[in-house]
Amino acid sequence: MYIYYSLISLNQKPLGVRYSIIKLICFLGGEILTNNSFVQGLKAGTSIAIGYFPVALTFGLLAKTSGLSIMEATAMSIFVYAGAAQYISLTLISKGVDPILIVLNTFVVNIRHFLMTAALNEKMQSDKKWLKGMYAFGITDESFSVLATQKQDKIRTPFAFGVVLIAYLSWVIFTAIGHVIGANLPAFLLAAMSIALYAMFVGLLVPSMRGNRKVVMLALIAAIINGIFYWTQLLSTGWSILVATLASSIFIEIIYARKKNVRNSKQSEGSLS
Amino acid sequence: MGSWYWWTLLGMALVTYIPRAFPLTFLEGKELPPVISGVLRNIPYAVLGALIFPAILYVQEGNLLFGFIGTITAFALAFLFSNVMVVVLGTIGVLAVYSLL
Repeated sequence: MYIYYSLISLNQKPLGVRYSIIKLICFLGGEILTNNSFVQGLKAGTSIAIGYFPVALTFGLLAKTSGLSIMEATAMSIFVYAGAAQYISLTLISKGVDPILIVLNTFVVNIRHFLMTAALNEKMQSDKKWLKGMYAFGITDESFSVLATQKQDKIRTPFAFGVVLIAYLSWVIFTAIGHVIGANLPAFLLAAMSIALYAMFVGLLVPSMRGNRKVVMLALIAAIINGIFYWTQLLSTGWSILVATLASSIFIEIIYARKKNVRNSKQSEGSLS
Repeated sequence: MGSWYWWTLLGMALVTYIPRAFPLTFLEGKELPPVISGVLRNIPYAVLGALIFPAILYVQEGNLLFGFIGTITAFALAFLFSNVMVVVLGTIGVLAVYSLL
């Protein structure tokens, strides 16, 4: 009997504390899983993480064959974090190109992100500068596309962090793994996965195209202009995407502004007569 | 690689980060002329068009058919299901089967 009581008294307090801790964890867990925008961001970014897997793996492998140590290769993914520019820099490094030219080339390839973050500005919840400056580091072609095509009016900061973080982790971790084990997956799977990022772009674009002729025209004209630059080799890839995007966006804006003017003037004529 | 590698890395990191961060931190809240904000609103869709085409055709060097099948599959899946994950995994699946055949 005494033992029984002592057991109860021993257990009572810790049990109460433990119970409230469990309750807190359950509450937080439920909150996080159901309506936390950070987790929703992680989910929205998952397709980027999958798409980065083969690209980062291959980058790690190529970095190794270009003579970079695992530290050097992973550091590039950690600090630069830009797919195309990293690939190009490997070629330039192994050719012994002047470092200044490598940096300049990186700038040229990545200048399009300026356009993207400028376009995102209006869509993002306003927040402290250092917070926005932090997730801005993670804006790539892919995370931009996911954020910019979100249906909600304003994107919350935790959502942006979720999207950016899962993509970034995938890129960094699989760079290191690629360096260690190489692209040791079956070749057919790696080949098939190379389509992942483009499939994601298509999956983001097509639902917005439905019943929206403006979106169709924007994408189509940019694609055609980019194709012309590609096949004539007039511009390098980075510039080509930048110019094609700007040209299409400006052209469509002018046409739709004119349409609106015509409609407005017709309406005013109608009301006059 | 010598110490020059780390200096190059620092340079690459800076020139990549600045265009990413500048508009989000310093242009926030500034009223832009309607023409410019109209153009900026068009950019996501235009950029998607340029990112997809023509690069999607060349995912496997020297194998245009591979990219072509991938393109058709991705668009078909995207028209049928508006779920990005379905489009990504489905296209990978179809191409995996194709490269095994």
